[in-house]
Amino acid sequence: MNSSTLHTTHTLLPLARPSIYWTLADALVLARRQLVQIPRIPEELLFATIQPIMFVFLFRYVFGGAIAVSGTSYVNYLMAGIFAQTVIFGSTNTGIGLATDLQKGLVDRFRSLPMARSAVLTGRTLADLVRSTFVVFVMWMVGLLVGFQPQGNVLSWVAAAGLLLLTSFAFSWISATVGLVVSSVEAAQSAGFIWLFPLTFASSAFVPTQSMPSWLRAFAEHQPVSLIVNAVRGLLLNQPNASTIWQALAWCVGLLVIFIPLAVWAYGRRTAR
Amino acid sequence: MANRPAILAEGLHKHYGKTHALAGLDLVAEQGSVLALLGPNGAGKTTAVRILTTLLRPDSGRAEVAGLDVVKDADALRAHIGLAGQYAAVDENLTGYENLVMFGQLYHLSGSVARQRADQLLADFDLVDAGARTVKTYSGGMRRRLDLAASLIIAPPVLFLDEPTTGLDPRGRLAMWEVIRTLTASGTTALLTTQYLEEADQLADQIAVVDHGHVIANGTADELKAQVGDERIELTLAQGGDLAAAAQALRPYSSGELQVDAERRQLVVPVRHGAHQLVAIVRDLDAAQIPLDDLALRQPTLDDVFLTLTGREASETELPAEIADSQPLVRRTR
Repeated sequence: MNSSTLHTTHTLLPLARPSIYWTLADALVLARRQLVQIPRIPEELLFATIQPIMFVFLFRYVFGGAIAVSGTSYVNYLMAGIFAQTVIFGSTNTGIGLATDLQKGLVDRFRSLPMARSAVLTGRTLADLVRSTFVVFVMWMVGLLVGFQPQGNVLSWVAAAGLLLLTSFAFSWISATVGLVVSSVEAAQSAGFIWLFPLTFASSAFVPTQSMPSWLRAFAEHQPVSLIVNAVRGLLLNQPNASTIWQALAWCVGLLVIFIPLAVWAYGRRTAR
Repeated sequence: MANRPAILAEGLHKHYGKTHALAGLDLVAEQGSVLALLGPNGAGKTTAVRILTTLLRPDSGRAEVAGLDVVKDADALRAHIGLAGQYAAVDENLTGYENLVMFGQLYHLSGSVARQRADQLLADFDLVDAGARTVKTYSGGMRRRLDLAASLIIAPPVLFLDEPTTGLDPRGRLAMWEVIRTLTASGTTALLTTQYLEEADQLADQIAVVDHGHVIANGTADELKAQVGDERIELTLAQGGDLAAAAQALRPYSSGELQVDAERRQLVVPVRHGAHQLVAIVRDLDAAQIPLDDLALRQPTLDDVFLTLTGREASETELPAEIADSQPLVRRTR
């Protein structure tokens, strides 16, 4: 070891900036940490994209012919569900990533640094949001290839994308809470799907709820995924429904209001051992 | 503040359910000194480090690092410490350089200082060539060096090293010792935890032996060894060797009671400066025509320390079997 520099270096002091600056700056440093890794583990993004593509093919070509929807083609009906499913399943990454950082001791190192505490959570949810944006873009292209024809104008499509990203962000925080509560990376992986499956499939994502038995229909029509899917579908097919959109927005905001503090609490509890 | 100890802990308690990880731990480390916490797995060493580095709040008791209270001044304290842990806590999918720059930025250094410092540390730790590779491709020793480099980004006045050589092969361990020695020679106060008496002896000025969450002995390596006893030369005579004659020849070298085990044809001779005595002993036995099967110089180990201090072996403390199996206490036998 060349020790010359160690001898001469005096303790380096942190820059003086207001704490709100560091809350943001530290989150961006950690978000960047996630994003530079994406091209280095291409298989991870590949699988994250292939899975929803398989669902597109499954529903478009295998089940789709047997599902009757009114007013539009099934592929047009389907894509809103696919988009929602993609961002919601993608959100499990947040929890798995946090569980991994905890297990590897990285969170301990972060906590020993004079950085903003919140950055571990906000950095990751922001990075996952960027990732989600990319995957939704890919799915849009895939949709066009299999015959998806969005209706209406670009503005409402952008609104649909905005709602999907808000959904992605909200579910990321649920996933973060789950990842911090369970004890291992493997548990975070399987725990994610236990609650996501019923939410995604007992919804209007892939089939109209009218055909479901009444007890299931009561659940399916009022749960957040259905409302989000209906709102997005309306925006993509030029049948926007203000009430549905507001309800979907309210769900997303409500989930954030509940799960941001819950995740922060779980983070504090988990790391206080 | 000039004369205040760099690390001070008084009556630290911490329990998890029924387990008392710390039961009244007291520590002092003067500025510029190296303090080793020596103890088996589960003794409370890591809990102590976690409290001193603000990761954990003590149930009771107080502690100060660099003159700052670890609970009340936790935020300020984090800008004065470096922590290198048991698990090389760096991001595997980033390069060595990216890791160091990231941690530098999280220490709130400016981007340019963080980058400069990353280059400097990669050079210091012989990682320049590896700096552009992702950590995934590093050997265990390289990861440890990077982890240690990350803890030195701000050149902290107080450094915590939690089992810095656990899991390294003997060569990696020696290299790590060299790095730590160079570092502490430059005046950094350091607290390191270890399961190896030899490691504490090599690196620390003061050793605190920890068992069941409190310090059971304190002192320099020599003071501890004096309590434990000297080195021992263990001889096994060849079939038909004359034990009595051998004992006779060895008596002048013995610094204490000489043990004879007739059944195993074994002699145990406590000695001081054993390595120097060894040559003379071999020569004498050869001259007396006493043939040997085996000859070993044995250093006191943590086991011996524990045996002396507590009357039981270090590994008897409750710990999961897989840990006990995978991290045996190293016995130095030559």
